[in-house]
Amino acid sequence: MARISLTNLRHTYREPARDEADWALKRLDLNWEAGSANALLGPSGCGKTTLLNIISGLLRPTEGTVLFGERDVTALPPDARNIAQVFQFPVVYDTMSVYDNLAFPLRNRGIPQPSVDARVREIAAMLDLGPTLDQRASGLTADGKQKISLGRGLVRADVNAILFDEPLTVIDPHLKWRLRSKLKELHQRLHTTMIYVTHDQTEALTFADQVVVMNEGMVVQAGTPVELFERPRHTFVGYFIGSPGMNVLPATFEGGVARVFGHAVQTAVPPKTPPSGARLEIGVRPEFVRFSAAGIPVRVARSSDTGRHRIVEALHENAIIKLLVNEGETLPGDRAFVSFDPKYTQLYADGWIVEGGRP
Amino acid sequence: MSTKIPNQKGWLLVLPVVVLVAFNAIIPLMTVINYSVQETFGENVFFFEGVKWFEAVLHSSRFHLALQRQLLFTGIILAIEVPLGVAIALAMPRRGPWVSICLVLVAMPLLIPWNVVGAMWNLLALPDIGLLGRSLNAIGINYNYTRQPFAAWATLIAMDVWHWTSLVVLLAYAGLSAIPDAYYQAAKIDGATSGAVFRYIQLPKMKRVLTIAVLLRFMDSFMIYTEPIVLTGGGPGNATTLLSIDLVKVALGQFDLGPAAAMSLIYFLIVLLLSWIFYTVMTKDEVQ
Amino acid sequence: MKRFAWLVPAVYIVFVLLPIYWLLNMSFKNTNEILGSFTLFPRNFTLENYRKIFTDPTWYGGYLNSLGYVAMNTVLSVSVALPAAYAFSRYRFLGDKHLFFWLLSNRMAPPAVFALPFFQLYSAIGLFDTRIAVALAHCLFNIPLAVWILEGFMSGVPKELDETAFVDGYPFWRFFVRIFIPTIAAGVGVTAFFCFMFSWVELLLAKTLTAVDAKPIAATMTRTASTSGYELGLLAAAGALTIIPGAFVIYFVRNYIAKGFALGRV
Repeated sequence: MARISLTNLRHTYREPARDEADWALKRLDLNWEAGSANALLGPSGCGKTTLLNIISGLLRPTEGTVLFGERDVTALPPDARNIAQVFQFPVVYDTMSVYDNLAFPLRNRGIPQPSVDARVREIAAMLDLGPTLDQRASGLTADGKQKISLGRGLVRADVNAILFDEPLTVIDPHLKWRLRSKLKELHQRLHTTMIYVTHDQTEALTFADQVVVMNEGMVVQAGTPVELFERPRHTFVGYFIGSPGMNVLPATFEGGVARVFGHAVQTAVPPKTPPSGARLEIGVRPEFVRFSAAGIPVRVARSSDTGRHRIVEALHENAIIKLLVNEGETLPGDRAFVSFDPKYTQLYADGWIVEGGRP
Repeated sequence: MSTKIPNQKGWLLVLPVVVLVAFNAIIPLMTVINYSVQETFGENVFFFEGVKWFEAVLHSSRFHLALQRQLLFTGIILAIEVPLGVAIALAMPRRGPWVSICLVLVAMPLLIPWNVVGAMWNLLALPDIGLLGRSLNAIGINYNYTRQPFAAWATLIAMDVWHWTSLVVLLAYAGLSAIPDAYYQAAKIDGATSGAVFRYIQLPKMKRVLTIAVLLRFMDSFMIYTEPIVLTGGGPGNATTLLSIDLVKVALGQFDLGPAAAMSLIYFLIVLLLSWIFYTVMTKDEVQ
Repeated sequence: MKRFAWLVPAVYIVFVLLPIYWLLNMSFKNTNEILGSFTLFPRNFTLENYRKIFTDPTWYGGYLNSLGYVAMNTVLSVSVALPAAYAFSRYRFLGDKHLFFWLLSNRMAPPAVFALPFFQLYSAIGLFDTRIAVALAHCLFNIPLAVWILEGFMSGVPKELDETAFVDGYPFWRFFVRIFIPTIAAGVGVTAFFCFMFSWVELLLAKTLTAVDAKPIAATMTRTASTSGYELGLLAAAGALTIIPGAFVIYFVRNYIAKGFALGRV
């Protein structure tokens, strides 16, 4: 088990890279503690699979180093790094039985059969594969096969990290949660470092202790699920996480105070003066927007029911502001006012959060 | 192995194929069947004769001999071309400048019209003026394919291997390309040797493609006509008279449409039966 | 051991090239020299054979005709086979297994037998001596081949790929063209090449269904072999030239044939 560190990492598929757009991964530094459960979250094309492949050794980064603990593994191939990888589509040896699939990595390392047998049965039990051990691997369902893939990674005791590349994509929706809980349970039991790549925020937020959000090759924010939810450092994080996403409204900054549609808005910390000429926005999640007696005038346009609460779309001129209203609460009439909870309101300049100035 | 969805809409997707193929298949087939049960004395006069022709053909020793020669020939070339083709495909480069060069060079024998192939090898193997014939005789082998049945067979087989192994190579190569990288990656992570990779990943994943290659080569070699007729004319004597050649001799040489048509149908049925057996055996453990 | 793996294709390629070298050798000689002596390089090097082909309309016309119907047939066969192969691969419908085998069975009949019936059929519908006739007739054996090969490759693609795309909201045809076909690129490439090849070299039906207008190169070449004895030099030159279009085709599809597919999206 080792701490994984990426330093000064950059990668391009096009050599030589001519401008910023050519870099699939922009410069980044990341650290993952040993034994932690982590997620790499982002939309398709954001570079998360590239990053995963660099960690696993399938890809050699154009610049930068990858450290497992103290060891520089940047140049090492996957089999020398002691990692396990679970791919999007199940990768099993079709002609072998489930037992032989799980035993394969151990046998290739020359481990004696009794130890192999014990270990295989142990892992199979952990993954609920016990009854299927003698079946042909090709006959299992998709989630069974993914479990085999996972099992092949776990069966080696000296695994440094397990990397998951969108592993639940092919699983039936009603089985997804089961496999997800199983992964979490496994992590708590084995304390292996796990890195889980996904574009599904629910998977990331429920599984990981630390989530790295990526977009267009950049690490946008790394933090706990709570941090990402309550204090997004980038409008993209606000928009991508949470359903519905954060409200992002054009703002101005005058006299030390942010204003939306002319109305003063308080933020969590009084912001520093943002750089002039930057595109200013206020971000606040619908969870933290409320109808109030005074504030920004809006017209209630639409509401949809999600069961636990209602999502109300309110319009100020043409801007949409979404807010969550509890079940049973009556909506004000056509015209109303909304206000934002300052604790969860942030000012953004060109997408990035504007830090606090004075205490 | 995931199951297929029952979906009668499948017929819609298949319809153009069925129409085009059936148009070309059924009408001519009807004509042949028609001929096969009739007797003709020329002048477009036909008499219905029932299964007389079928019985005659099935009992003729000439037919049996041709069939035996054919089975021997097909057996030999399958045993050579399939493993050889796979071995070559495994060793061919997948990336880099050599890929194009290899593919083009490998494809060349397939593109030459079959009569030219036959003529080429005919001249190539001539003992006095052909490169092959002359070289063999120069190093002491008494080689003359026009007179020696064994030499004729050897030349015929060499020609077929030269001509058609590339088909297996290209199919196997494409089949190998279609194996997703993730399998190789997983095998690497699992510490598998290249022998294990071949046995557990490449070979199973190439199974369908190899089935096609085997069936194609089986059918085409069973019906082979042009190349051997140009190479040896069926000789020396009858040594290389394979089924097709015999059939044409009967049909054209004696203008007996009846026996010829009957023979063709029997021929067709043999190929059908053997193909069906091959097909069933090779796909038997596919879960549907 | 692995380092010498390249020897296998290398030796095979030498084996492949020797008769072709001999063919080229003959194409630069006249018939007398070919039959009269054994020379590794033409003693009287002549371009006469090639000149004849490039200037005589029956010859180069033959090439163009062949190219015409072969191109038509390849495009037709592959386009029609793609949806059909998908249906065979993904759907279960009434009679599907039998239909599949029936398709293959169309390649099992000795073609000599069908020459006359084909002639009658295509004359009856007024398509005799057209390139379309040959293109259509070749569908008999090329479409089944295309369906078989494509189905084989399609079955190697996990069905979950389709389902994921549908869940993501892709309409069927867009999924098929943008996502599915690229994953079976190797299969499409090799199918296209084989359809081209089998149609290109098919002599009997091509000769039977044409007379003057659409006369293919194959017919011209067999004519060379019959009347005035073997005009071997000319035949050799013609044979050498037939390699070229196919070489282009495989060069064109080389990237498809060698292409793999990554499991999953970025």
